[in-house]
Amino acid sequence: MGLGPGLLDVLRDYYPIFLRGMVGTLKYAFIAVSLGSILGAFIALINLSKSKALNTLGAIYVNVLRGTPLLVQMYIAYFFIPIAIPALNSVSKEVYVLIALILNSSAYVSEIIRGGINSVDKGQTEAARSLGMTASHTMTKIVLPQAIKNILPALANEYIAMIKETSLAGTFMLYELMYTRTLLANKFLVWQPLFIIAAIYLVLTLVLSWGVRSMEKRFSVSD
Amino acid sequence: MIEKNEVLIETKDLRKNFGDLQVLKGISEKIYRGEVMTIIGPSGGGKSTFLRCLNMLEEPSGGQVIFEGVVLDAKSTDLNRHRQKIGMVFQQFNVFPHLTVLENITLAPTLELGVSKEDAEKEALELLKMVGLEEKVHEYPRKLSGGQKQRLAIVRALAMHPDVMLFDEPTSALDPEMVKGVLDVIQDLAESGMTCVIVTHEMGFAKQISDRILFIDDGIVAESGTPEELFEHPQNPRTKDFLSKVLY
Ligand SMILES: Nc1ncnc2c1ncn2[C@@H]1O[C@H](COP(=O)(O)OP(=O)(O)OP(=O)(O)O)[C@@H](O)[C@H]1O
Ligand SMILES: [Mg+2]
Repeated sequence: MGLGPGLLDVLRDYYPIFLRGMVGTLKYAFIAVSLGSILGAFIALINLSKSKALNTLGAIYVNVLRGTPLLVQMYIAYFFIPIAIPALNSVSKEVYVLIALILNSSAYVSEIIRGGINSVDKGQTEAARSLGMTASHTMTKIVLPQAIKNILPALANEYIAMIKETSLAGTFMLYELMYTRTLLANKFLVWQPLFIIAAIYLVLTLVLSWGVRSMEKRFSVSD
Repeated sequence: MIEKNEVLIETKDLRKNFGDLQVLKGISEKIYRGEVMTIIGPSGGGKSTFLRCLNMLEEPSGGQVIFEGVVLDAKSTDLNRHRQKIGMVFQQFNVFPHLTVLENITLAPTLELGVSKEDAEKEALELLKMVGLEEKVHEYPRKLSGGQKQRLAIVRALAMHPDVMLFDEPTSALDPEMVKGVLDVIQDLAESGMTCVIVTHEMGFAKQISDRILFIDDGIVAESGTPEELFEHPQNPRTKDFLSKVLY
């Protein structure tokens, strides 16, 4: 048995499959990070609140999701959600896996938002409060506009990390880049898809990282 | 002389702990409307903490702060409304870097007092003229010197029409050549009748501007009096010791 067809031949013959896989990867990463951001913002508020009980709950949430492998979280979502919530039985299995991705991302995003808010000098809050500004005006008009410079690039980096993480979703037959390996293995193509997939991941992450760096540069100029 | 009989701020046995550290050990003082009070004392004695308790930036551990007859550290008090009447100027300026000079001044009055944008800007321009910053209206604070930032911080507080201004070492972070410009603004303000409470290490300034000086040491008011009493005839050995170190 020889090496079989070369990389370019495989890419030419099957590019629609890779393309669909790439779109799937970008889509799942986007869903995970954008919904994860909304959830993560609430978690950040819980962690920043003055209530010790809420802080503890938030810390448990973040630590569990960051301290256990995403793959384990996906398995739990995949097998446990349909048992625990029978009403969700009719929902596509894709959704269970996505829930794991979203929850996982929300834990990381909550820390990004918390870090961004904490990075704003405490004197800013004190100045605003000493002017008699309400806590919510202080947050929306003074703290968040300054925190966003740190939050946005970190969020973009989270999206890049998530592009790699979603490769685990292929295990559950979600159509993303890594899943194309399973499809093509059925056609006795074993090694070629792996290199093509790796190359596509690399291009995606490099291009996006470059974009993030120029975004950071723009922000630092306006400092 | 201004009649000094209306108590504007009163502290009653004010205490503050940070964990096990007792920083304020019971301070009872009255600050009268129109009075200029400066606070001096060694580093770590609790001057900033005392000042920050007056507008509840630090929550007292015990005792009371009464401002215009209202107990500030009572649960039912609408703190924001009273803070609007207590301006504060910080050592580190704390101007808002993401807002222009003009916006720094107009933000709080428009948001919290419901002043129209037009009126707020008109007043901001007058205030900026008063402190010689009218040319910087549309600049961002990063283009300002330290002294200009501090003058901006002062008029930002004034735009809320406070009844008292608190200053925490307003010139300590400034290059020497910037100090006078800021002290002049504070002096004008004091002479216009504004009640001022000023923590400072500028002894000459304290001597010249104060109606009364508090010497705070180790969490208590160790001595207080007119500049003449405190500087010429200090009674407490700790005051004498402190003054001998800071006056050449
Ligand atoms: N947030 C805080 N947490 C813990 N300790 C604090 C805090 N703020 C102040 N302290 C402590 O309280 C004491 C008094 O501090 P404070 O800032 O009131 O002194 P100060 O008289 O203003 O000194 P300085 O002249 O150096 O400004 C110091 O020992 C300081 O370390
Ligand atoms: Mg101090």
